[in-house]
Amino acid sequence: MRSFFRTDAQPSGVATWLLSILLFGLLIGAYLAGSYYRHQENPQDKVMPTVSEMLDGLKRAAFEPDRNGDLRLWIDTLASARRFGIAIGVVLLAIPLGVGMGLFPYVEAVFYRFIVFFDKIPALSVLPILFIIFGLDELSKIALIVIGVFPTVALEAHLRAKSIPREQIHKAQTLGASEPEIAYRIVMPQIFPKMLETIRLNLKAAMLLLIAGESLAATVGLGYRIFVVRRYVAMDIIIPYVLWMTGLLFLTDWFIQWVIRRRYVWVDK
Amino acid sequence: MLAANPYLISLQGVEVSYPKNGNGDSGRSVILNNVRLNIRAGEFLSLVGPTGCGKSTILRLILGAQFPTRGQVLVDGQPVSGVDRDRGVVFQRYSLFPHLTVVENIAYGPLLERTSMPQRLLYTPAYRRIRRESLAEAREYLVRIGLNPWDGDKFPYELSGGMQQRVAIAQALMMQPKILLMDEPFGALDHNTRLAMQLLILDQWEDYRMTIIFVTHDLEEACYVGTRVIGLSQYWSDDEGKPGVGAVIVTDLPTPGGHPKPTAIRATAEFNALLEQVRHDALDPANRQRLQQFNLFHQDALKPEPLSAAKVSEAKEGTDA
Repeated sequence: MRSFFRTDAQPSGVATWLLSILLFGLLIGAYLAGSYYRHQENPQDKVMPTVSEMLDGLKRAAFEPDRNGDLRLWIDTLASARRFGIAIGVVLLAIPLGVGMGLFPYVEAVFYRFIVFFDKIPALSVLPILFIIFGLDELSKIALIVIGVFPTVALEAHLRAKSIPREQIHKAQTLGASEPEIAYRIVMPQIFPKMLETIRLNLKAAMLLLIAGESLAATVGLGYRIFVVRRYVAMDIIIPYVLWMTGLLFLTDWFIQWVIRRRYVWVDK
Repeated sequence: MLAANPYLISLQGVEVSYPKNGNGDSGRSVILNNVRLNIRAGEFLSLVGPTGCGKSTILRLILGAQFPTRGQVLVDGQPVSGVDRDRGVVFQRYSLFPHLTVVENIAYGPLLERTSMPQRLLYTPAYRRIRRESLAEAREYLVRIGLNPWDGDKFPYELSGGMQQRVAIAQALMMQPKILLMDEPFGALDHNTRLAMQLLILDQWEDYRMTIIFVTHDLEEACYVGTRVIGLSQYWSDDEGKPGVGAVIVTDLPTPGGHPKPTAIRATAEFNALLEQVRHDALDPANRQRLQQFNLFHQDALKPEPLSAAKVSEAKEGTDA
């Protein structure tokens, strides 16, 4: 047991791999066992579907048109992705705003406290207000994500812009750069890969807000679907959908990391 | 200025001070006390002094990054109003833009000059062509500063400290500034690299004959590269023997030998005597010379007229620093 807690331990590749799947194995094993026993008692059990039932549910959602002739999985994914994409697009505007705040004291004076205020509001608590003002369709759901994530990104950009060494700014001025030039061709490109990191770390929060919005008032979408089929205890839809969403988040996360590594070789060196 | 002013840079009664507390009641903390300094065009001025005495402050005043609480900083007869193209700067660190390659860094200033903002924003063909030409020009320049043309596409993080400083110097010199300000540019480099860089900057000075103000900790470096050595120090006392507040110029000496000097001069007795003199005058905390004893032998040296602590704390019109 003592060798387990050695800081200088060097587990072999095989050992690391085995240990990594250990907990997954336990969880999946417990689930499969539970599912099996429940099905022994009640073959119609819906709470813990078997793997084949879940695959079936996924196939139905992906390949069999429903009442309206749509393929559920894809229209849900598309609807959610659209809302998510538009929201993140708006959130990107927080970067130039944050840079402006960090470099120009007047801009900071106007925006800083305002954004800090919105940063402290628990985003979800604003949702009823959004529904009342903007109705129940797309705008309120996108606005929710924006309100939740925009302040974080803006404040981070603000801090990073402030921490650019003054020497660089003076250097740029001696080279004839105007103030907007300095902000948007010297400071912003430098902090942009870090901002991508910040957005990557906030994907989880954004997704949370998306699902919350969809669960309450939508007619299509990944979040909508899992909450609507809850009434039928359709775990054979819910669990695959959850795994699907997790997979999409993983992909987006990896993609952003890849972009940073490829396009911004110089960061952090 | 009606008569021809022979001085490119002029510090006239420059004081830099801060209120000790927020309210200014308990007096002011003085960095530079009524500093007076005249510099001609084409001089290579070395500025030495104890750590924290205000050498970098003087540099920032001339650069335009900081403004004096009292007095004036004149360049070409005009007060300095901000940082602009007339003055180039090389810092000890953070000199280059990390997100641009070496040639992009070097060509940055010229490219800004040759193109307009709309051209850059729209990425016009004209801009692309000018950019290509400027980068090619920058690449040719690399050889002159001792780098290889293929180093041009590297990012600053891939270069050693010495190479980065070479690029930083090139970046500043591409703008052909009248005044080049260098704030301990070789301080972070090892001894041999530092010697090579001293020769580099002397070469560039020979070619361009701009005015260089060179701040350094290294006395030998200061006396070797400079035509004039200025010691700024807070270790002085006034005529009555009371310790002075803030820093003044305690030493202003021309350096021996021709310009640029042969490297052999470092071994001569005359050179080393100068070193010792400056070290004793400016850097020795135990030696608080009185005003009359300052060695101000350069032809342009000015007798300092520092203010007492009480005078400095006198209420001033205008905003506090």
